[in-house]
Amino acid sequence: MTALLVLAGVLLLIGGSMSIAAINRGPTNLDRALGADVLVVIVISAMALYIAWTRDEGSLPILMVVALSGFVGSVSVARFMARRRGGRA
Amino acid sequence: MSEILEVIGALLMVLGALLAAIGALGLLRLPDLYSRLHAATKPQTLGLLLVLGGLALVIRTWSAVTTLIIVLGAQALTAPMAAHLLGRATHRTQSNVDAEMIVCDELTRAHEQANSPAHEQANSPAPAGDEPPAS
Repeated sequence: MTALLVLAGVLLLIGGSMSIAAINRGPTNLDRALGADVLVVIVISAMALYIAWTRDEGSLPILMVVALSGFVGSVSVARFMARRRGGRA
Repeated sequence: MSEILEVIGALLMVLGALLAAIGALGLLRLPDLYSRLHAATKPQTLGLLLVLGGLALVIRTWSAVTTLIIVLGAQALTAPMAAHLLGRATHRTQSNVDAEMIVCDELTRAHEQANSPAHEQANSPAPAGDEPPAS
């Protein structure tokens, strides 16, 4: 159990660093928004790992707030990119 | 019994974390945003399902399970919408996409049809936009 959770944490760490690298590299802002979306999922997974590690059910609402508000960023970036460069929105 | 359930739950979480790592690797490796969308939506749906299912097996209380269902439902409803909007914005700006790699492009055809003179005359009072007017 402990070893598996540590393994999952290491995988999440690798995934998080790679998505941050993708945010850093991505040629357009849309690629960066996509990387931020993946990063939100990785943060949710890390919170789930923390809850499984500590059996702390009180932290479950944090998970819910992050999941409910995570998509706002990429949607607004997509809207503003479409308006600025596409001419008619 | 509970020990077995916890080990199964931790295994599911490892699978979900593996999927998240693979998705992030896809973000780095794939060439343009359309194919990156393919990689990025895997951890958003299946990876999250695996991680939250594993967490439910570890915690095993009904209050936690209902919260996890809300989390999963919110992500499953909003992740495809965000991905769709990103793809549409990429189509509009036409940035960093190799035109020869696109097999089927129905949105450009629909735009051309909507902007053709016959269509303009058909609904002349309405402006030729692809969005309904704000009410």
